[in-house]
Amino acid sequence: MRFRDHVVVGDILELARRYCEQGADELVFYDITASPDERSVDRSWVRRVAATLDIPFCVAGGIRSVADAEEVLREGAEKISINSPALADPELISRLSARFGAQCVVVGIDSQSIDGDYHVYQFTGDPQRTRNTARRTHDWVREVQERGAGEIVLNCMASDGVRKGYDIAQLVSVRRICNVPLIASGGAGQPEHFTDVFKEARVDGALAASVFHTGALGIPDLKRFLRTQSIEVRL
Amino acid sequence: MIRLAIIDSGGANIASLRFAIERLGIDSQVTTDAATLRAATHVILPGVGAAADCMERLRKADLVETIRGLRQPLLGVCVGMQLLFESSEEGNVPCLGLLPGRVHRFADRDGLPVPHMGWNQLEFTRPSPLLDDVASGDHVYFVHSYCAPLNENTVATTTYGESFAAIVRNGNVFGAQFHPERSARAGSLVLRNFLLVS
Repeated sequence: MRFRDHVVVGDILELARRYCEQGADELVFYDITASPDERSVDRSWVRRVAATLDIPFCVAGGIRSVADAEEVLREGAEKISINSPALADPELISRLSARFGAQCVVVGIDSQSIDGDYHVYQFTGDPQRTRNTARRTHDWVREVQERGAGEIVLNCMASDGVRKGYDIAQLVSVRRICNVPLIASGGAGQPEHFTDVFKEARVDGALAASVFHTGALGIPDLKRFLRTQSIEVRL
Repeated sequence: MIRLAIIDSGGANIASLRFAIERLGIDSQVTTDAATLRAATHVILPGVGAAADCMERLRKADLVETIRGLRQPLLGVCVGMQLLFESSEEGNVPCLGLLPGRVHRFADRDGLPVPHMGWNQLEFTRPSPLLDDVASGDHVYFVHSYCAPLNENTVATTTYGESFAAIVRNGNVFGAQFHPERSARAGSLVLRNFLLVS
């Protein structure tokens, strides 16, 4: 779920409850404006989400310190996800992992191919400020694992929002060097896209947003379809 | 009348656990007070983090003997379940000794990251009141690097590279390695069933 300040909490809770009832296995809440604006997420909603949901959830956006993370986890989130702050201060990953354990430290990576190599991008929440970090994606994937990331969400920017399928080639290349759970993000449009990413890229999870928000795909139908494709899902 | 006490073991999942209990319509008290624990009808021992840290916390709160002496239903959750055993390889620490056996770390295996994190299936090994309305094969949510061995107290197992104890019971002492507070309907049923044990 991506939201900015103008989305009232009631809407978030209702959406969260609906996805939970439909069989989502985990929810991620992104405040995509948090890093570009150099401000943190308003956390008052985290506790209300925690009270509502009976599945794990992750909070992303504006977590820049151990204290930020502690607040979110104390309010009931299972995981925190960091992206731009990790690029600005890679040591943050190590500090979070040492303090809370690798299992709750997710690193989000926005990546796309430039001149035949994958590069990491930063501040993708704001098109005006999005920039190539000059880091190669594979180097960054290795580094965040060494620093104690417990999960990597790879958002393949070229396929994000296009609904033409996950970026299988990129995910396959990252899977080879990723020993922690790898979550595919960007590109889901059809049920077959999920089959492809699980079977071909052997990811541990597939993240999707707009395709569920618009109602183009229903989670129960999708999971039943995946089961017919011999992919283990919780029904 | 259920009087549920949740032992304040310092873990980050206490809020979630409390909310899950609230969704069942039951109030709970988060406490480190021995008298409150003894007066409760049901006690839950949650735990997140390292076993040694959790045991140290219980020792500092002078709760080890109190917990050992409880006769009402006691449910250990995640590391809280691991503390019910004799000892843990994590920090090589003696635990509460309410269940026989030693908790060990998952062996490193290709393609199976540790910590084990995610939804996996329960496989029932013997009947238990904790399993009412839950089906063998139901998925529940795990987050852990250490696991408990199978023995006569194992009620349900899960397989992640190896089979380990997912639910245990010995008399009034129960344990769940997964997080019932984050395991959707199956988890909620396990919590409800525990609160119905008298």
